[in-house]
Amino acid sequence: MTTTASAEPTRRDFLYIATGAVGAAAVAAAAWPLISQMNPDASTIAAGAPIEVDLSPIAAGQVIKVFWRGKPIFISHRTAKDIEAARSVDIRTLPDPQADQDRVVKGHDQWLVVIGICTHLGCIPLAHQGDYGGWFCPCHGSQYDTSARIRRGPAPANLPLPPYKFVADTKIQIG
Amino acid sequence: MSGHSTYQPQSAFMKWLEARLPIWSLVHSSFIAYPTPRNLNYWWTFGGILTVMLAIQIVTGIVLAMHYTPHVDYAFNSVETIMRDVNYGWLLRYVHAAGASMFFLAAYIHMFRGLYYGSYKAPREVLWILGVIILLLMIATGFMGYVLPWGQMSFWAATVITNLFSAIPVVGDSVVSWLWGGYSVGNPTLNRFYSLHYLLPFVILGVVVLHIWALHVVGQNNPTGIDPKSDRETVPFTPYATIKDGFMMVCFFILFAWFVFYLPNYLGHADNYIPANPAVTPTHIVPEWYYLPFYAILRAIPSKLLGVVMLGAAIVILAFVPWLDTSRVRSATYRPLYRQFFWIFVVVCIGLGWLGSKPAEGNYVLYARVLTAWYFIHFLIILPLLGLLERPKPLPASITESVLGKGGAPVASGAAAPERRG
Repeated sequence: MTTTASAEPTRRDFLYIATGAVGAAAVAAAAWPLISQMNPDASTIAAGAPIEVDLSPIAAGQVIKVFWRGKPIFISHRTAKDIEAARSVDIRTLPDPQADQDRVVKGHDQWLVVIGICTHLGCIPLAHQGDYGGWFCPCHGSQYDTSARIRRGPAPANLPLPPYKFVADTKIQIG
Repeated sequence: MSGHSTYQPQSAFMKWLEARLPIWSLVHSSFIAYPTPRNLNYWWTFGGILTVMLAIQIVTGIVLAMHYTPHVDYAFNSVETIMRDVNYGWLLRYVHAAGASMFFLAAYIHMFRGLYYGSYKAPREVLWILGVIILLLMIATGFMGYVLPWGQMSFWAATVITNLFSAIPVVGDSVVSWLWGGYSVGNPTLNRFYSLHYLLPFVILGVVVLHIWALHVVGQNNPTGIDPKSDRETVPFTPYATIKDGFMMVCFFILFAWFVFYLPNYLGHADNYIPANPAVTPTHIVPEWYYLPFYAILRAIPSKLLGVVMLGAAIVILAFVPWLDTSRVRSATYRPLYRQFFWIFVVVCIGLGWLGSKPAEGNYVLYARVLTAWYFIHFLIILPLLGLLERPKPLPASITESVLGKGGAPVASGAAAPERRG
């Protein structure tokens, strides 16, 4: 290597950088499909269409589990006592503060619809267990209340709400 | 690979080959003439055992793959077919499953050996880091292999471990969906895990070659931690190390065979003989025993993101041990304080493993927090401080002196002379 560094950029410098830039772009373009193919495919996305659930057979105090996009959805028909328990707590004391009223559809306060996946590491919490009358996750001990809000344990957040709406008084559409 | 080869080809064919591809002289200098310190003890036999374990896992894995179906509807039954219908399928699967446990057992012994005798210190840092990379690959491979039978533990292990990535701020959920290839653990997840479980052992094999290469450049450490000073302090790999490794391998395989033939499911979980059910999480979910210490660390931290970070840090911190340990003395034999802290650390690791198998409630969580704190204190505070505070015992002048005492050298030279073979 006998070339000496010149103070002024030369046309050769430009060629080096331009070639390198085109090469990097080519690598990125080649990597894109290899990475993208791992995302959910078209059939998986299509299978994630909205579902309708009839609520009329669910008795007060009962929790049912339905599947939407491979995820369990808990539909809880809450008793007046459950609702009272969820609303009497001071929300400022909660790890993930949220009022119970914000987690249900107004006028359908007895229906709680949440994604039944523990926000810690994805296990399915068990209904009617734990110290708060809600859910208990058997994996790492997270406890949720009757509004499915995290009360104790390693989970960082409340059980999330799926997108849903009431299409009739006793029928919801999830998705 | 250290120094030039002393191999002299005898036959015309070997001379012809040597001039074109000197592969046999590479084998000769690496595994026959290679000088090993004469004072190696049995803790030095686990490298050879690990190499053989990797070979066993690859061979049994390739044949299991001939009978396994990577589909959520068929995977569980195809494993049962292997157990019941395939000729010797039960044997091959039990060897593969128990083999994973034996592989990790040998790896952990190998690592503790390195920590005790300071095998990570200069000039062996790269050798040690390659070992940490192999451990990471082993963890990934073992986890994905455990998912393949598609039992309850398989499914929920996949769910819990992939959800670790949801702790990443902002992009966590997208990353997890990308890992799954769906909105939850499903068929695409199983397929890609199968593909990677087949691939990674060969990546491990590649890194093992680098690991052995690095070893043969810097030479083996030994129980004194002192470099061999002359040829008289080393013996040729064959027959000395080959026989010693071979003997220990037989002992290790007795333990292995005991698990395979008498306790094949002892190290697994009964719940994994229940087909995967996305609607029900098993009441007591634990990973395989070899992940339990890391699992205990994950559960000990009350914050999700921090728990995941600490889980990763517990493994990655090993790569920094060559620089965290400030002592210039390698072997714990001559480090009275480090030796005690080493054994405390071993007990802490086993304690974390035990706590990882217990439910995350009551005092178990408290103990796990104490031991997790100690795990990191050991590396981040004790190792750097000991090098400054500890007064090591006087080192022997040579390996020979450590074995035979002063003036013992001449007697030893005859015994250490290599046998001449054909």
